[in-house]
Amino acid sequence: MSTVVQETDQRVIEFDVRTDEMLVNMGPQHPSTHGVLRLLLRTDGEVVHEVTPHIGYLHRCAEKIGENLSPPQWIPYTDRMDYLAGMNMNLGFSLAVEKLVGMEVPEKAMVVRVLIAELGRIASHLVGMGAYGLDLGSFSPFLYAFREREIILDLFEEVCGARLTYSYITPGGVTHDLPAEIDIPPGLAALTGRKPTERRPFLEVVEMFLSWLEPRIKEYHTLLTRNAIFVRRTANLGILSRDQAVGFGCTGPVLRGSGVDWDLRRDGEPIYTRMYDGYEFEVPVAPFDDAPRVAVLGDNWCRFYVRMMEVVQAIRLVRQAMEKYPTAEGEARIPYKLSNKLPNDECYLETECPRGAMGFYLVGTGNAEPFRARAKSSCFCNLAVTHDISRATLLADIPANVGSLDIVMGEIDR
Amino acid sequence: MTIEEIHQLLVDEFGSDAILALVTDRIDPWIEVAPSSIVDVSVFLHDDDRLRFEHLNNLCGVDYLEPDAKKAKTFEHEPHLQVVYHLQSYVHKLRCVVKVKLPRWKDDVEGELPECPSVSSVWEIADWHERECYDLVGIRFTGHPNLRRILCPEDWVGHPLRKDYEMPLEYHGIRGK
Repeated sequence: MSTVVQETDQRVIEFDVRTDEMLVNMGPQHPSTHGVLRLLLRTDGEVVHEVTPHIGYLHRCAEKIGENLSPPQWIPYTDRMDYLAGMNMNLGFSLAVEKLVGMEVPEKAMVVRVLIAELGRIASHLVGMGAYGLDLGSFSPFLYAFREREIILDLFEEVCGARLTYSYITPGGVTHDLPAEIDIPPGLAALTGRKPTERRPFLEVVEMFLSWLEPRIKEYHTLLTRNAIFVRRTANLGILSRDQAVGFGCTGPVLRGSGVDWDLRRDGEPIYTRMYDGYEFEVPVAPFDDAPRVAVLGDNWCRFYVRMMEVVQAIRLVRQAMEKYPTAEGEARIPYKLSNKLPNDECYLETECPRGAMGFYLVGTGNAEPFRARAKSSCFCNLAVTHDISRATLLADIPANVGSLDIVMGEIDR
Repeated sequence: MTIEEIHQLLVDEFGSDAILALVTDRIDPWIEVAPSSIVDVSVFLHDDDRLRFEHLNNLCGVDYLEPDAKKAKTFEHEPHLQVVYHLQSYVHKLRCVVKVKLPRWKDDVEGELPECPSVSSVWEIADWHERECYDLVGIRFTGHPNLRRILCPEDWVGHPLRKDYEMPLEYHGIRGK
């Protein structure tokens, strides 16, 4: 069967190539597109004029599935959105459900949530850092990052039994309390010279890990952040101005890298900020005093550095949560029934996930299943700036620009 | 500034023909705007110094139709579509929800998508959100520079988040069931 393509057809307009220009397809199986992202590049020699991201390769219409499931049943689907920060996705959705039904979780559940969510943030930013190094051709930071992340995954495994898709934080709290005692994860045992069969209290093992991780961050800075090649490839490239970042709805490190001082853990809605009451932490915002001379506000280097500084703050937060945990009152969970009817109401809630503000919009109509379950992805908005930050850059810098946005396709395509 | 004050500002500026309602007895109160005025109202919300809603948090469509006869008995809404805009002001730390109500089909002809003016000239990100909304909910945003499907393939038939959507049984030789 042959079809005649009309001149007005969208495809003709899209592929209308002028002389001396070239269309280059990057992806969907390109290693530095962080998953199945296809970038259509219009290039003039080595210089890129236009970047058109084509997404949807991982689309499974999770929102439609959400309309047919009770909220606790949809939790596993949120794990699979941003699969590098499953805990934070669980938290965002659970809080949205709690906001809708007017539920208040006990203090203990909140402390456990902070502890787990911030550990998740560290794990996610470690991958972001390692993979970014990989994009730029530096292999070792990736291995170091995964060595550290492995220990966090081991800790999560002891907490909830899963290593990637946790479904641990649910409406009403967390599925169960933290374990009292665990075996030291083999990776951590090897690094600190202990026996892997040694059993220690959970919090002690977490502290053991944090005190091991903390000095390593300085090493990453030497290895990557201050590395002359790394700086040359990131600083003054992929510049995103403040107005562009805001207009494109960028959130998280991308927004803060462009100089907007906004963190939902501090500026969000009360149901979310309440969790962080009494915690001390700073929000790293570009420009930085200790930035290399060539770095400018909103470039790739700033976005990367915001993430690195957030790891330091996350370590602080985990330590404070550990201090609060022994005296926290209440249960780790109050029951939420699968058949619990959602009120005739609607709400929207955003939480600060490692990649930005993840929003859930729920509409209830008196049934157990939400009438509409919308997941607003932060990476979706962050990816939309690709064209604007990549205009007139070299083809080889495209991975550096896309990598600095730290996208996860599972979340974009949902 | 409360939602009532924002509503009052909008009514003073555009009159009650454009600003249709204020609903406050919900968790997130909202302001309902007439479809024909949404672009002007958006520009005002974005630019006015007292408001400065520079950030469009979320734009999505909702299909208010209950196909299940049992659930339809307690369903309170007439069949219609909504476009929901969640806005955020960084300067004044304000949040606001704006809604536009549309018929399910243009002129009640089934298959003709309803039209809503595009706000992609106000917030750049609305470009992608509106494409997604067109793709999944089936709303035609007039004045949109590039209204194509974004998540589903270009040749996909139907709009999956419509409540009466039927899953295709076959797509390029792939069986659906």
